[in-house]
Amino acid sequence: MDFYLAAIIQALCLGPLVIGLFLSMKIFNIPDITADGSYTLGAVITAVGLANGFSPLVTLLLAMLGGAVAGSWTAWIHTRLRIHALLAGILVMTALYSVNLVLLGRSNKPLIGYQDLFAAFRVFADADHNALAVLSVGSAILFFCMSYLLRSDFGIAMRATGDSEPMIRAQGVNPARMKVYGLAIANALVAWSGSLMAQFQGFTDINMGIGIVISGLGAVIIGDTLMNFLKIRAIPAMLGCVLLGVMIFQSILAIALSAGVDANLLKLTTALLVLLIVALPRVGSVMQFGRR
Amino acid sequence: MLQLQRITKVFNPGKATEVIAVQDTTLRLEAGSFTVLVGANGSGKSTLLNLIAGSIYADRGKVLLNDREIQRLPDYRRSQWIARVFQNPLTGTASSLSILDNFRMAALRRVPKWLKLGADAAFKRSVAEKVETLGMGLEHKLAQPMGTLSGGQRQALTLLMTTMADVDILLLDEPTAALDPRSAREVMGIADRIVRENNLTALLVTHNIAEALRYGTRLIQMENGKIIRDCDQQAKLALKQTDVVSWFDYY
Repeated sequence: MDFYLAAIIQALCLGPLVIGLFLSMKIFNIPDITADGSYTLGAVITAVGLANGFSPLVTLLLAMLGGAVAGSWTAWIHTRLRIHALLAGILVMTALYSVNLVLLGRSNKPLIGYQDLFAAFRVFADADHNALAVLSVGSAILFFCMSYLLRSDFGIAMRATGDSEPMIRAQGVNPARMKVYGLAIANALVAWSGSLMAQFQGFTDINMGIGIVISGLGAVIIGDTLMNFLKIRAIPAMLGCVLLGVMIFQSILAIALSAGVDANLLKLTTALLVLLIVALPRVGSVMQFGRR
Repeated sequence: MLQLQRITKVFNPGKATEVIAVQDTTLRLEAGSFTVLVGANGSGKSTLLNLIAGSIYADRGKVLLNDREIQRLPDYRRSQWIARVFQNPLTGTASSLSILDNFRMAALRRVPKWLKLGADAAFKRSVAEKVETLGMGLEHKLAQPMGTLSGGQRQALTLLMTTMADVDILLLDEPTAALDPRSAREVMGIADRIVRENNLTALLVTHNIAEALRYGTRLIQMENGKIIRDCDQQAKLALKQTDVVSWFDYY
């Protein structure tokens, strides 16, 4: 049971990340790979902040600020220098590796003994239950803030930017600036996740961001499938689906691990799982093709 | 009043593919006039429209709107005065957004979009009233995504969206080219009504000669980046369809 509780806690840690990826990939239609770097950046800033005695909330804000700067760099390279978003993201992600290494000073830093977010809000004596409570509150704040943001006039403009650029230009919005805001928000959320994960697992590792985009994407696609299946169009319900998606995704991974999959094969399992999720809707048409 | 003063636009200058799309063109559109622009493919009509809208910038010359120079402003700045309807019905509206959200953006075309929930009940009612004038029954489907509507419906809504804020100029870039004859007639009827009711300065680009003769108060023909014919309302009324068709038989 503890095993699955850990999976749900991990899913809640990744909640901001999947909402961020939902924003960049689904709403803005930008394949943003920066997340691999900004996730680690969030964790690194958290480690440095906590080690220097900053309060956990201030540290979290600094981490999100760092993610926002990384995201705006990607958007700036993409919109001003007209470089493909994928390449812009890879460039920033690669650069962030060195930035992270310099900030952290070494490749791995334990956070044991520091006053972290979970210790700051101690409601339950049991660490896991306490983490669950703190993360649930955090997820609720995330959910309400994002559903307000996306329903506001500014949010409608963001959604329209990903939909039809000529349309939104004709309504007086500069899409380049909109993309900078969008990727900044998305990567701030990703860094939020990195910070939570570092505090939950008790250390920051320079390689912890590798493949995180894929894990997040798997969750977003599960959420997207749910939306299509349930014919959901309201913004809060869409965000709910994405958050549900990350829970499902992490639970499947937990089941796979408990069924005896070698932990070294975790990334391979993740990649295969995402492939399965992406390919599943197409399997039907392949079978139809075979019948022709 | 919109003025183009000695506008020139050259694509790929100095290369083998150089095209002089608009050449030293001067044009003056009076306030409240409805000008129709015809011309063969590649004659520079669309470029002229894009130069006015700001999607491309002129190499030389000035664009003045009510005596204010706007030729250096990007399209998203000019859009506070200049509305446009595109040839592709899918371009003018955002597919995944609801009708209501599309209208919300149109209502805010002149102002910044803040973190405010603006699409409230009163706003919804005002949009429903406007949409009702189309007679398409869409006023009950405001929550429906634009993507589920037909090309004709989307083009009609794009036109209606331009009336959500006070604009001066309406640019119509072959708005009916992708529509069936009946939808085309409906959309042009709506465009004509909107231009009259809001006293807009309109510029219509079209390949449909019947449309060109039926609507508007002035008819202009472009060829090789220059305006070669300019008919005022009187001259336009005297024109027959065969006359205009013969304008294109210059080979």
